[in-house]
Amino acid sequence: MSQVRHESAIIKWGLISIALVYIGLFLLLPLAIVLTTGLAKGFAVYFKSLSDANTLAAIRLTVLTALVAVPLNLIFGIAASWAIAKFDFYGKNFLLTLIDMPLSVSPVISGLIYVLMFGSQGVLGPWLRDHGIKVIFTPIAIILATIFVTFPMVARELIPLMKTQGNDEEEAAMTLGASGLKTFWYITLPNIKWGLLYGVILCNARAMGEFGAVSVVSGHIRGLTNTLPLHIEILYNEYQFTAAFAAASLLALLALVTLIVKSLIELRFKHELRFARQKKQ
Amino acid sequence: MSIEVKNLNKTFNSFKALHDINLKVETGELIALLGPSGSGKTTLLRIIAGLETADSGDVLFLGEDARGTRTKDRGVGFVFQHYALFRHMTVFDNIAFGLRVKPRNVRPSENAIKFKVNELLQLIQLDWVGNRYPWQLSGGQRQRIALARALAVEPKVLLLDEPFGSLDAKVRKELRQWLRRFHDQLHITSLFVTHDQEEALEVADKIVVMNKGRIEQVGSPQEVYHQPVNKFVLNFLGNVNLFHARIEDGKAYVGSSVIDLPNASKSAKTADVFVRPHQFEITRSAKDAASLQAEVIYVNPAGSIVKVDLNTQEGDAIQAEITQDEFKKLDLKKNDQVYVSLRQVTYYEFDI
Repeated sequence: MSQVRHESAIIKWGLISIALVYIGLFLLLPLAIVLTTGLAKGFAVYFKSLSDANTLAAIRLTVLTALVAVPLNLIFGIAASWAIAKFDFYGKNFLLTLIDMPLSVSPVISGLIYVLMFGSQGVLGPWLRDHGIKVIFTPIAIILATIFVTFPMVARELIPLMKTQGNDEEEAAMTLGASGLKTFWYITLPNIKWGLLYGVILCNARAMGEFGAVSVVSGHIRGLTNTLPLHIEILYNEYQFTAAFAAASLLALLALVTLIVKSLIELRFKHELRFARQKKQ
Repeated sequence: MSIEVKNLNKTFNSFKALHDINLKVETGELIALLGPSGSGKTTLLRIIAGLETADSGDVLFLGEDARGTRTKDRGVGFVFQHYALFRHMTVFDNIAFGLRVKPRNVRPSENAIKFKVNELLQLIQLDWVGNRYPWQLSGGQRQRIALARALAVEPKVLLLDEPFGSLDAKVRKELRQWLRRFHDQLHITSLFVTHDQEEALEVADKIVVMNKGRIEQVGSPQEVYHQPVNKFVLNFLGNVNLFHARIEDGKAYVGSSVIDLPNASKSAKTADVFVRPHQFEITRSAKDAASLQAEVIYVNPAGSIVKVDLNTQEGDAIQAEITQDEFKKLDLKKNDQVYVSLRQVTYYEFDI
């Protein structure tokens, strides 16, 4: 008896150790290196490189992109999840595949799609030129590309949640006299709020950190069309290592904050989370 | 409020759930929609509620076409099999919901709402759970709250979808009687779906027996049990034993037993003979030509009646029920050789 327990304890701790080593090597170590390299020349240099005009512009553009992409994907995510989880319609599976597509497609391709659509040689190129509208190599293209790569985030979090919860509560609300809107606001929304929060956190993290797709459509115009990830690449290529790592530390901090917020939510509201995920009782 | 359903049809993908359904429910009646899974009873209920739309046909409330009216305006109270209580709200808020979402001009004051909710909680004898959440309550309690919630908006019709399906046998029986008494008090037109024929027989004023999307029979519990119109209804309601027999010259030949059936065919036919468990008589010696020889396989004396399983010489299995007195007089034991007479039969003839 005790031999069996002893063995499984070894296996248990063995697996945990492997997981910890893996995380430590591939996650924590790089994060630590980023932070220490950024601060290598001291706090004064750190803050100076962060207050460089182009760096600040990059930060502003990153934040702007997130401020547009996240709410839009939130609305889309809720709408798509609602349709998929609560209704049956032709093309449902196709919609699901479409939603998953940005996750399986290389980000470079995601960016290329927009170039092929809105670029001067693209499908809409001539039309846009005639109307004096520029899309590619402007912040607009960056925002569009970011929306594309992050739109699965909210939907993928909500769809299984809404499917598990079923339709019963919404139907009950309707029989009690609530309109569609009231039902959504008073019944559906409170039930999915944790999934929404997760989705928003993930969406934001990805929106701020996106590199590939944004790189293709941005044009890399310093001070105008560089997001923080792009700016970091430029700094690094110019051998401005400290500045590059200082800027990179911001993204690293974003990652940490994202993880902490997520964990805090889970800790504080563990009970309500488990219970929102319950099947219809 | 009366409900009338005319020529209702509904198909899901390629599955025809309802074939030309016609039904009338008078104001104040408590009706059971009874049938096996897939009979269409829940679909019919949901179409009446407005949660599904029929492909063709009419639904009339008090003579008025309800087809264009949305669920929220139909004034139907719906009780779901799995309660469908709002998980993130307290019991009080659940019951108050219907009143609180009314348009501003007809919405009662918060005080009036409080009064009504407490009144309902008292009615369902759960006035102490107002501040609890659904997950803190038992199944039976949740279902009563679901009922109170539906009643809060004073519906003209109450629809219940297998309301006791998720509950333990004992709780089911209690709530059944409770529903009956409730209905006797409030007299709201009520329609409930069940696959439990015992439940339907005990609770309903009228039973609608459904099978494969059609209505087989509509009648009082008495009528559907004692005067079934076809084999399905006979078989579905209550236990029944089936014998294959030959009919000729006004007599039925079941194994070695000869039964006089004055109304039976004169020419030779085969027949399905149905006998309910209480329609047998067990005797120690052969009573008459109608007696069948049989061996006692199993006796279950626990309960108000005694259940006796027997096998005839021909190998037919019989499930009989006799009173405790008869059992004591006969002193039946396993392996006893006895005679079984068919006191009453229902039969269906077929051409050979």
